[in-house]
Parts: sequence; C-alpha cells; structure tokens
Amino acid sequence: MAAQPIADNLFTEDMSALIGARNKETGQIFFPLPLTESDHIEPVALASRGTVWTYTVQRFPPKTPYAGPTDPETFKPYVVAYVELPGQTMVESRLTGIEPEDVRIGMEVELTAIPLDPDAPAEDQKLIHAFRPV
Amino acid sequence: MSDVYIVGAGIHPFGRTEGRDGMDQGVFAVKQALADTDIDWKDIEFAFGGSAASGAADTMVSKLGLTGIQFINVSNGCATGGSALNAAASSIKSGEYDIGMAVGFDKHPRGAFNADPGSYGLPNWYGEAGYMLTTQFFGAKIMRYMHENNLSNETLGRVAEKAFRNGAKTDHAWRRSEVDLETIMNAPMISDPLNKYMFCSPAEGAVALILASEKKAKELGGPMIKLKTSVMRTRPPGSFEVFAASIDVERGGTATELASQAAFEQAGMGPEDIDVAQLQDTEAGAEIMHMAENGFCAHGDQEQWLREGRTEISGELPVNTDGGCLACGEPIGASGLRQVYENVVQLRGTAGERQVPDDPKTAYTQVYGAPGVSAVTILQR
Repeated sequence: MAAQPIADNLFTEDMSALIGARNKETGQIFFPLPLTESDHIEPVALASRGTVWTYTVQRFPPKTPYAGPTDPETFKPYVVAYVELPGQTMVESRLTGIEPEDVRIGMEVELTAIPLDPDAPAEDQKLIHAFRPV
Repeated sequence: MSDVYIVGAGIHPFGRTEGRDGMDQGVFAVKQALADTDIDWKDIEFAFGGSAASGAADTMVSKLGLTGIQFINVSNGCATGGSALNAAASSIKSGEYDIGMAVGFDKHPRGAFNADPGSYGLPNWYGEAGYMLTTQFFGAKIMRYMHENNLSNETLGRVAEKAFRNGAKTDHAWRRSEVDLETIMNAPMISDPLNKYMFCSPAEGAVALILASEKKAKELGGPMIKLKTSVMRTRPPGSFEVFAASIDVERGGTATELASQAAFEQAGMGPEDIDVAQLQDTEAGAEIMHMAENGFCAHGDQEQWLREGRTEISGELPVNTDGGCLACGEPIGASGLRQVYENVVQLRGTAGERQVPDDPKTAYTQVYGAPGVSAVTILQR
C-alpha cells in the first residue's frame, strides 16, 4: 500500500487541493473542515497556490502528540508558515524544498504532500500538507 | 458607587519552589497581604480567585479559616487573575461589600505547555504533524509584525536584556542574573525570530490583593492606591491567536486594543498620563507589540524607543520594572496579578533598587493570552 494522507478530509481525493470549509451564511472560508458536520458549513477546495504571509521555524523536536521523528541527534528543523490563498484564507502549513534561511515573506508557493517521517517504511508513511516554492 | 482602593498586597516568589504546591503558595500570598493590610482573615468579606493548574481557589479556606466567606472561583485562561480582580472591584463598587480579596496562583510542570488538539476543537493530525506548539504561534506572529513595521531582531534582544536587568533587582523574580545583549543575540533559536532568552517559561507563584471601599481604606489608614479601572475584553474578528490552523485574510484588531481603549476611556486618561507600565511579555515580541497596542507608541517606533532606553526604569515610560514574565516566569493564574502587585509597590515608593524615580502617580497593567483575552488596570495614587 502506498503512503496515505495523515487524515481523511484533509486533501481532495486527487490530492491536488486542501479541503477547507465555507460558512454559507457569512461566506467566511477557513481550514480545516470542522470535526462535526453542521448545516451552515460546506466543504470547499482551497487554492493550491499562494504566498507566504508569515513563518517561523520549529527548531527543537516537539513533544507528544507530535508523531514525526524526535531524535534530538537527527532532528531536522522545519518551517511552519501561514500561506495566503488569495480571497480565501491563510492556511498554516509546513514549507518544503527550501532551507529556513532562504524563506521570505511574500514568496510564491504551491501545495504538495510530504511524508511526516521520510525514514519510515513506505507502507507506514503518513502524508501531511506542505507548500513548496514555485 | 464607591471608588475602589488596593489596601494590601502579597506575593509568593515566582519561579520554582520544591515541596510547596500552587495552592500553598496562594495561601502564603494571602497571609502576606493580610499582614501588609494589618487585618485578619476573618475581616475579609469576600474573595475571587483562580488557578489554571493548581485546583479550585475556594478550597484554600481550609488553610485560612472557615469563616463562611463568599469565595468565587474564576477560570478565564490567561486573564484569570485579571478577571478575579475585576470581579472583586465590581463587588466593592456596587456597594455590596467593603473589603475583599483577589488571589491567583499556579504551579506548572517544566517546559512548554503541552496541549491537546481536541480541547481546542482541532483534529488529531494537527498535533501529530507538529503544529501544537505555542512557541510557533509567537514566532510567526512577531515575524509578521517585524516585517510590517521594519523592526530588527536586536529590538527583541533589547527587551530580553532589560527584563533580566530589572529581574536582577527584584525579590520576587525567578531569573535574577543580568544577561548581556551579545549573549542574548547568540543564543540558540527556539522558534525564529525568538531564541531561548526571548521566551518566558511556565513557572510557579501566587499573588493576593486586598481591595476596599474608600471609607474602609481611609479607616485602615495605609497608602491610598486607587484602582481607577479594571477592564477585561475578548478578541474581535480577524485577530491572530494561538493554535489557528487558518486565519482570515482580512485582518482585524486585538483584544488588547479593545481593553486598553476602554480602560483609558473609563479612567478619563490617555497613554501620555501613565508613569509606569507592566505589559504582557510572554516573549520579547509581545512586549514590543503591546507597547503600540496599548497606545504608548506608534507601530514601528519600538526600535527607537528601546535603543534610546525610554522603557528602562529611568526612562520616560518604564515598562516591566520587575522583569515581567521573561524574568518572573508565567504561572497563568497569578501572572496578571503580579503586574498589579508590582504597580502597587511602585506607587507606594517601596520598590527599592528598581524604584521608578520622581514619585510615580499612575500605573498601568495589561495581561494577554489564550484564547484571545486581555485585561487592563490603571492605578493611581
């Protein structure tokens, strides 16, 4: 079995977009889809391209409930950004394919999926969302 | 309507106290406040109190005496202490009571707060994928703020340097050693642009304040420190809070701006009337943002303010004279009341080495935290 998304209702079926939520009454779009269904919330495919609005770097291995690699010797810091999807919302997401030192606010990025633990056997891999420079 | 005065103040030193739980630190602070006021526990007519992690405040009656007192627990996230004070002040303003107490205490385990996604309405993957860290929020928020306002990382370092300098002069502080700017700037990064000297840590501590009506305060005969106003507000639309998997493209105001504006309006004062301020500094960036959100300077002017030392104890607006959260740590239930305690000491003129010069008359506090709450007080002597 190939790597699977870390959760249902995170990506669209073809993995080309994240699933956001739209409030039918106010028009507000947010992410992710709420855990419980509600009459005034509908799923919406979010834009797959946007720009970095802000970011930070996770420099130390997180504690539980983090399920990625936590060995302090080999831990690789990761970038956490808010990516502005124009006219929709700003999604919190990792950045991939770029070193922390090279990240700039305003840079263009596009959606992809990366394994939470790249060293895990393929069948155990969980895919999380990330954006990479265009 | 009676005016409200703070007639007594007690504090249990912040930091780490092995062998004494959060509640007992609360009892310690209450006893010190009673001694400070020169009254007994039986003289207290009511109390509001709270902690985030150390149990229900009202159970401290078993340690203080079963006087039958009205004792109401407050649970309001990071504004727990501020809300307790607010409620206590209202009880006196209304004329229902003449003397009462607000108490806050806590004892948190070491290290960053460990949060569960479910309790924030978030799916489990949010935690599993590595987003459930308050430190990331603070880093991302100040990163944007510094970008928009053209502030340098060194400005963050100056806030931390000042905090430890003031903490070194403060009996109740946890971090009591100065750290120079170069050491601060070269420390390991935690969540960019914030490094290990720029974050406060969860800690322990307790504060108790005794409030009285004007009539009662005069009877007691101590220094008359008036609580001009005490305001608590929750977040408006478009604010940027912790554990947000998404934020609106359209940006809005902050809970602090709402609380600050309401407080100044109620007090009939402006930021220019304040002689000393204690501002929430969960991390160095928070103090910078809060200088502007509370109206003390324009957004973007903080770099110049800090470089010129305007927020030092000897400056025109001393900020966080006891070292703030950076030097004292953050026991959630006690943190907002610590700020008020420090202002009481400053207005009485008994702050010793860290005393703000020239006889300060007005003092301001602002606490901010999860889930987007802010509480402001203004004291006047």
